[in-house]
Amino acid sequence: MTSPSSGEAVAKPASGGLGWLLEQRVLLSVAVLAVLPWLLPSQALAVNVLIYGVVVMGYNLLFGYTGLLSFGQAAFFGAGAYFTGIAIGRYGLPWFMAVPIAVLLSTCLAAAIGIVSTRTRGIYFSMVTLALAQLVYYVALQAASFTGGENGLRGFTVDRINLFGLSVNFLDPVNKYYVLMALAALAMWFQSRILNSPFGAVIEAIRENEQRARACGYNVERSKLIVFMLSGAISSLGGCMLALHLSIVPLDILHYQTSGMIVMMVLLGGARSFFGPFVGAATFLVLEDVISVWTPHWQIFVGAIFVLFVLFLPKGIWGTLLDALGVGKARP
Amino acid sequence: MDLSLIIMQLLSGIALGAVLVITALGLTIVFGMLGVVNFAHGALFMIGAYAGLYLASLTGSFWWGLLLAPILMGAFGMLIEFVLIRRLYGRSIDDPLLLTFGLSYILVEGVRIVFGSDGIPFPTPPQLIGVLDLGIGFFPRYRLFVIALVAVVLLLLWLALEKTRIGLIVRAGARDPMIMQVLGVDIGRVWLAIFGLGVGLAALGGVLAGPMRSVNPEMGSLVLAEAFVVTVIGGLGSIVGAVVAGLMVGISISLVALFAPEMATIVMFALMAVVLLIRPQGLFGVRGRTT
Repeated sequence: MTSPSSGEAVAKPASGGLGWLLEQRVLLSVAVLAVLPWLLPSQALAVNVLIYGVVVMGYNLLFGYTGLLSFGQAAFFGAGAYFTGIAIGRYGLPWFMAVPIAVLLSTCLAAAIGIVSTRTRGIYFSMVTLALAQLVYYVALQAASFTGGENGLRGFTVDRINLFGLSVNFLDPVNKYYVLMALAALAMWFQSRILNSPFGAVIEAIRENEQRARACGYNVERSKLIVFMLSGAISSLGGCMLALHLSIVPLDILHYQTSGMIVMMVLLGGARSFFGPFVGAATFLVLEDVISVWTPHWQIFVGAIFVLFVLFLPKGIWGTLLDALGVGKARP
Repeated sequence: MDLSLIIMQLLSGIALGAVLVITALGLTIVFGMLGVVNFAHGALFMIGAYAGLYLASLTGSFWWGLLLAPILMGAFGMLIEFVLIRRLYGRSIDDPLLLTFGLSYILVEGVRIVFGSDGIPFPTPPQLIGVLDLGIGFFPRYRLFVIALVAVVLLLLWLALEKTRIGLIVRAGARDPMIMQVLGVDIGRVWLAIFGLGVGLAALGGVLAGPMRSVNPEMGSLVLAEAFVVTVIGGLGSIVGAVVAGLMVGISISLVALFAPEMATIVMFALMAVVLLIRPQGLFGVRGRTT
């Protein structure tokens, strides 16, 4: 912040210094993710941060930027994973076809849930999204011949990733991490484009004042439905990544506890910021990893930490840090 | 399929619905008064069941458990309101929701530490074991008792709200807390009592459900989704809505189980989706009361 116009670095992209650097949020985020496996205690943890980071980032479009507190994001995370697994295992599709198809089908599911839930407002919306996501959970539980029911989806493996004549051994953890990171980078680029577009301004206007946005002539209902679908699409890509990574899809992924975990992650990291979701996912997963070493009851600590965050640090770690640095409005 | 079987199933549905009504009522009263959606409601239902079980085994009588568990849990609810929820009034409407969600993690894990993760059987009280001949078929005594008790509790609650001075304050406070404060009513104490009542009702639901479901730390998560469905169908904050929707959901689950068992858990969600498409504010909800 040494440039003479440091006070306006927020409003206008400054030509140098911290302001310019933070404008490049996608590149910066990818750079951090690229070295993540060497910062965290294990590579398995880094892969999980990547996957949950994408899921939570998609959710943040809905919660942080539009102000819609959904409790049903697990439905799209799970749908992405299940559709990918079924496309590969049951229909023998290669991964690069399975993933787009899974995202497309998950987006359709998001449209169906969105049509019902975006008719409601406020707290109602939270309850309805939770209930409808539980409906998806029970459908997956009952349709056992397709989804494996309680045992989860099994019987598909991805050992090589082939694209453009390149063949990568996907079982090698380092290769796996960077292939998945490429998918995460794609999602980040997509999300950044949405936020920078006029539509990004519309959803933030809805968050700040729904009545005013409507009075300005924006179609609030349609915008909410579209952002619900975009959010579902991005989170479902995280599900695809999970399916490719684990080669199984546990039924638990669809449970509302997973939705709650996504909400916790976004709040721990900081809603309304671009990189906050990754910080939140990393914080949650590292906490789980560290605490579960000395007690199986790690959830009681995670719950307590979350309560303390709601009470005293509602902007989360990243959001508070950005505010302290005075760059909060740039929301990188 | 003969008629008596359908009537028996209908009665089962009413018994199931009665527990849902009591549980959803706690949720809806707290929302109506405090504007707080208690995401820990399911966890408190579960702890209510454990408390009932523990007190019953301690005193050797189910009836002490049934009486004391809701009272003690009500006091615990007041403690939660006083220590945690109270700090959040005036902040974003999402904050109490998020806080109670975090609280449910603590409560569920706390129960796992004390009682373990496995389910515990909740014995039916000896006086209520067996079936009663209703002329057209046999029906479990315990379920009849649940229906009767819930009816009595509903009646008492209605009398308290409509016929007493405290009820008047509560109803007026739900409409306009500011005016109540101007009139010299300590609205903070009313909110404390209402939150306690809500948690007490959750605990009562838990104790009543004990002998019908198995008691385990996860039982609350299913109940929370069910209570949400009931309050959304009935209209958030509406007491009549909670009663009608609770019975409606219980009966539909029961009747669908008769014809298509695998659809039983799904039917209530479908019911909710249909109601929302027709009336987004719920059957007895008031438009504009949804935020």
